[in-house]
Amino acid sequence: MSTSKKALLIDLTLCVGCNACQLACKEANRMQDPEKEEKSLSATAYTALEEYDGVFVRRMCQHCEDPTCASVCPVGAFTKMAEGPVVYDVEKCIGCRYCMQACPFQVPRYEWSSTYPRVQKCVMCHERVAQGLPTACSEACPTGATKFGDREELLKEAADRLAAEPEKYIQRIYGQKEVGGTSVFYISSVPFEQLGFKTTLQNTPLPQLTWNALSKIPGVVSVGGAMLFGIWWITNRREEVREVERAMRQQAQSNNGKNNEVKS
Amino acid sequence: MKRFLTTFTFWKVTAVAIITAGLYSTYIRFFHGLGASTNLTDQFPWGIWIGFDVLCGVGLAAGGFTLAAIVYIFNIKRFEPIIRPTILTAFLGYLLVIVGLMFDLGRPLQIWHAIIMWNPRSVMFEVAWCVMLYTTVLALEFSPVILEKFHMTKTIKMVKRISIPLIILGVLLSTLHQSSLGSLYLIVPDKMYPLWYSAYMPVFFYASAIAAGCAMIIFESFISSRAFKRGLELNLLTEISRVCVVMLGVYTVMKVVDLNDRHMFSLLLVPRFETYMYWAEVIVGVFVPFLLFSQKKVRQSPNGLFIGASLVVVGFVMNRMNIAITGMEGWSGSTYIPSVTEFMITMMIVTIGFVAFYYIAKYFPVFTHEEHQEDHAPAHAAAAWKHDIESVSRSMAEIRN
Repeated sequence: MSTSKKALLIDLTLCVGCNACQLACKEANRMQDPEKEEKSLSATAYTALEEYDGVFVRRMCQHCEDPTCASVCPVGAFTKMAEGPVVYDVEKCIGCRYCMQACPFQVPRYEWSSTYPRVQKCVMCHERVAQGLPTACSEACPTGATKFGDREELLKEAADRLAAEPEKYIQRIYGQKEVGGTSVFYISSVPFEQLGFKTTLQNTPLPQLTWNALSKIPGVVSVGGAMLFGIWWITNRREEVREVERAMRQQAQSNNGKNNEVKS
Repeated sequence: MKRFLTTFTFWKVTAVAIITAGLYSTYIRFFHGLGASTNLTDQFPWGIWIGFDVLCGVGLAAGGFTLAAIVYIFNIKRFEPIIRPTILTAFLGYLLVIVGLMFDLGRPLQIWHAIIMWNPRSVMFEVAWCVMLYTTVLALEFSPVILEKFHMTKTIKMVKRISIPLIILGVLLSTLHQSSLGSLYLIVPDKMYPLWYSAYMPVFFYASAIAAGCAMIIFESFISSRAFKRGLELNLLTEISRVCVVMLGVYTVMKVVDLNDRHMFSLLLVPRFETYMYWAEVIVGVFVPFLLFSQKKVRQSPNGLFIGASLVVVGFVMNRMNIAITGMEGWSGSTYIPSVTEFMITMMIVTIGFVAFYYIAKYFPVFTHEEHQEDHAPAHAAAAWKHDIESVSRSMAEIRN
């Protein structure tokens, strides 16, 4: 059992597209039909290899440091574990699909054909990781393109590789800063925007955006409530005063009438 | 009379046809899943059930809290004759939003999870609680109508005693709920087309909901005056249209300032699909009704009010659909057109709303004003009625001229 933060480093220059990662993943996660090769993420493929002009890009969940999916889920079905994996609890899920709508990397997939569907995405083999084992994909990778390890150490290693061969690598570690940092890092010799990566994501975690609005609720409720009550009190009081004045005027009139009668 | 009967049967037949098709679609949805019944995909997980049924359903119910605040908080009692149908519209709107959600949720039987499994960081969590609480508040606000029918005066008194806190709670919950539907989309800064994405979406949702809520009050009054052959509270609706035009103005100013702050004016001239849809929404829902409602003549004519209000409602629906669908298509790289099943279920839900309104208004005292009221009420009503006749004849005279 180690509680240090784990991560994956994916070096796209080393990937030969053998698809061993997907097969190992399907087996480890007990998918139906584990032999079936899939070219994109699906409800039965937590990872998939996409090819861009001979470069293979391995897609999977980024396991964000401050996961958007975990923040948007109304019932808290997603959890960021201390070891790094972002995991999903189907027992809580109500199926609103806000996680899919919100994920900046467009990762979660849905079991559309099921009448009782689950959200499906990579869980970073959290059971294996908790036992101190590497993820199934990194264990299966024959070239070392996917490497499992401590987050800080992998970041350092990625930086070293970029520094050692500055002509070969694009000087960017994708996943280091995107939306506040993730647990899956990519390095590449081809610009990331040519490989289907979202390269314009901001560096602050997205949950901050909704929190800006949510954190105003107590203020709206207290100030708004006091204001509404105040307005009601004033308008109501005005009505009461008007009522009393009308009654007094009527009384005065009828008194006058009586006095007049007496005089005449 | 004969013509009325035939049109009425026409509507009845249409309603039955839509509901039948809707029930068949319901069967497909629940027995064959979302994949078989919708055109939703992993790239486009929210369709018209969220864009129309939820976003528009809630928004168009905004007349409820707006009018409740006018009548009970600001004590402008002359609006009382239209409060009941408005609360009914809002209440039905919210019930139908819940019905729509039951279709859209993948695991609808777990909907109650939001009560015990909390995640206060989630806007959807806030939305869920607002729906639950405000639907309860609306049920209580509407309950006197049902209780009166059965002469349960004691219970009515109990409800009346808590009415002011209840109304205040309703206004607060509505404020949170209307704005939180905008907050839902704050989390997709990269996915939504920048003409619509703004940090101020919660405020825009709130302001546009008030304008659309006012328009719905006018729309609903006009339709019921036709269906039930009753008079139109023209002078009240004229004043509501003034609130509407002010909100449209405020909304426009805020939108212009926001586009300017974000340096997005140039996007208004880029020839692409989003631009056309944006202009369509703004022209239909804001510019034209603003011009119409700023004229006294239009505000005082039933048809003018109806056309203006309809435009606001249509424009509002376009805005919500643009945010939920048009604005999200570009980034996801996919186009979404609702399936027949999705469309039929939405049609069924809307139809159920109309039918429920018709029968509740027919059998419960929705349009009849309370009889056992304080002494000055009849005088008020009479004055309002007199004012009504005067303004009707005035506008008639204007039309003749």
